[in-house]
Amino acid sequence: MTSPQDLCVSDERPSWKVAAPALEANDLVKTYGLVRALDRLSFSVEAGTIFALLGPNGAGKSTAVKILSTLSRPDSGSAQVAGFDVLREPERVRRVIGCVAQKSGVDPEATGRENLSLQGRIHGLRGAGLRSRVAELLEQFCLSEAADLAARTYSGGMKRKLDIAMGLIHRPSVLFLDEPTTGLDPEARADLWEEVSRLANRDRITVLLTTHYLEEADRLAKRLAIVDRGKVVVQGAPEQLKGELFGDAIHLELSQPEPAGRVRIALERVSDVRDLGFEGRCLRIRSQRGATAAPPILAALESEGIKVTSIRIARPSLDDVYLRYTGRSFSEADSGTAQ
Amino acid sequence: MNFFSHSCFLAARHLRALMRQPWYIAFTLVQPVIWLLLYGQLFRRVVELPGFHGASYITFLTPGVVVMTALFSGGWNGMSIIVEIDGGVMDRFLVSPVNRGALIGGRLLWLAVVCVIQSLLLAGLGYILGARFDGGVTGILILLMSAVLLAVGVGALSNAMALAVRKQESVIGAANFILLPLTFLSPVYMAEGLMPDWIRAVTKFNPVDWSVDAAREALKSHADWRLILSRFGFLLLFALLSGWIATKSFRAYQQSA
Repeated sequence: MTSPQDLCVSDERPSWKVAAPALEANDLVKTYGLVRALDRLSFSVEAGTIFALLGPNGAGKSTAVKILSTLSRPDSGSAQVAGFDVLREPERVRRVIGCVAQKSGVDPEATGRENLSLQGRIHGLRGAGLRSRVAELLEQFCLSEAADLAARTYSGGMKRKLDIAMGLIHRPSVLFLDEPTTGLDPEARADLWEEVSRLANRDRITVLLTTHYLEEADRLAKRLAIVDRGKVVVQGAPEQLKGELFGDAIHLELSQPEPAGRVRIALERVSDVRDLGFEGRCLRIRSQRGATAAPPILAALESEGIKVTSIRIARPSLDDVYLRYTGRSFSEADSGTAQ
Repeated sequence: MNFFSHSCFLAARHLRALMRQPWYIAFTLVQPVIWLLLYGQLFRRVVELPGFHGASYITFLTPGVVVMTALFSGGWNGMSIIVEIDGGVMDRFLVSPVNRGALIGGRLLWLAVVCVIQSLLLAGLGYILGARFDGGVTGILILLMSAVLLAVGVGALSNAMALAVRKQESVIGAANFILLPLTFLSPVYMAEGLMPDWIRAVTKFNPVDWSVDAAREALKSHADWRLILSRFGFLLLFALLSGWIATKSFRAYQQSA
């Protein structure tokens, strides 16, 4: 007999899974005073992939990272990183993780090279091995030219890259990136995205990324968990989550406002049209297959003399996923908790 | 052992920053230099009172100002750990396998090196102003050691407090409240024989007194080594106890995360 719950678990962790999970959080609970930052948070991450914890500010993402990176202890629950228990073997965990926190851990008074060397020494690198590893990372993150300048002179993007390089000096198997692109300009952000996907694809590093940018999770993560109020509300691959929503969204802009009844009558005969919505001259339609439904929709409106100025077909976004599982729009939740 | 090597790595980080801004040392010496110059002049003739045993006041004052500077350097040492916590540098170290004790040990080692540099500069200035150190090189070494022991002990307490309150303002307040009275409840400026009885009684329990006593004695031509060793013993105990308190405070800080 399989209960619905078993089905749910097997759906999330396929039986053909090749590697043991690199990260596993089980029922983590953490309270700060009266605030329950984590409320039985659980997820697991397959080795060598990028996993995103997506949620608004204050959802508990950073607290989860703090616990997994041994900075903080949960009130209850357990977690393993690369096979080591974060509570029982924190020293071993620290040897295999790299961590880039929201606040930069770069020493502003030291140069990029010195920052990297110090991290290397702490991890037991010495002499020529240390020097070449430092040079290699400076090269990889395009920091060679600025290597001997004090880090306080770096731009936000450079500082963040140095932060990541510092987290990689000892070739960790798991890398934590807590809101890595917050505060970066679009160019630096795109740059960083490229670097991060390379880490997973080429270097087979498991990356746990937290973000409150839907776009970022969508772009980078193989799987993601949406976190809300300290809980995972849903997890899966971005495409899978979006696919679970019904069909595509078709946005139409009409040349002038039309009575809803008239539009409804015009579209009555077109199959695959659901959830008609009006906002002034804008018309929103849900459709199983947006691309095939669009021509008959246009033809039907045309025949009734309703002029369409533009049409846009959109796959459902993670925003839609968020709305469906939490009942709030993402931007609303993000600004609501930030206050 | 990791504690020592990691302490050295972390101290080297601060020292490199210091070498980039050498004027910082000069800045920390502005006040002690003023004391040496002004007090040295102002109180020049107090040595005519019985209880000073004939040496010039600048000879009397120089080790006192060296020790006082060590006290203040130690007292302010906790400030920068708050900067590191707020800036994320501390967390960066805590997620690494760095020896936990070295996170305090490295700071105290850095403090010790700064204290030696400050002490040598002040002793040199004292010499130029007319101070004479009959105890020779041994005497100077004892002066440095007693200044360092005091600085390290007070520095450990300053870090312990900074970790507990985590606010720069509170550390500033506490340092201002404690450091100056500690100086005046010690024989930095005034011979012990000339103090009121109650101050002399309090002084016995003041690490600043132990440090000044040992340093001044060692700089005499015929030092009383039993006195020096007993004061060193107290200072060592003080430094160890402070170090232990700092470790406890650090553990409490980690647990609060």
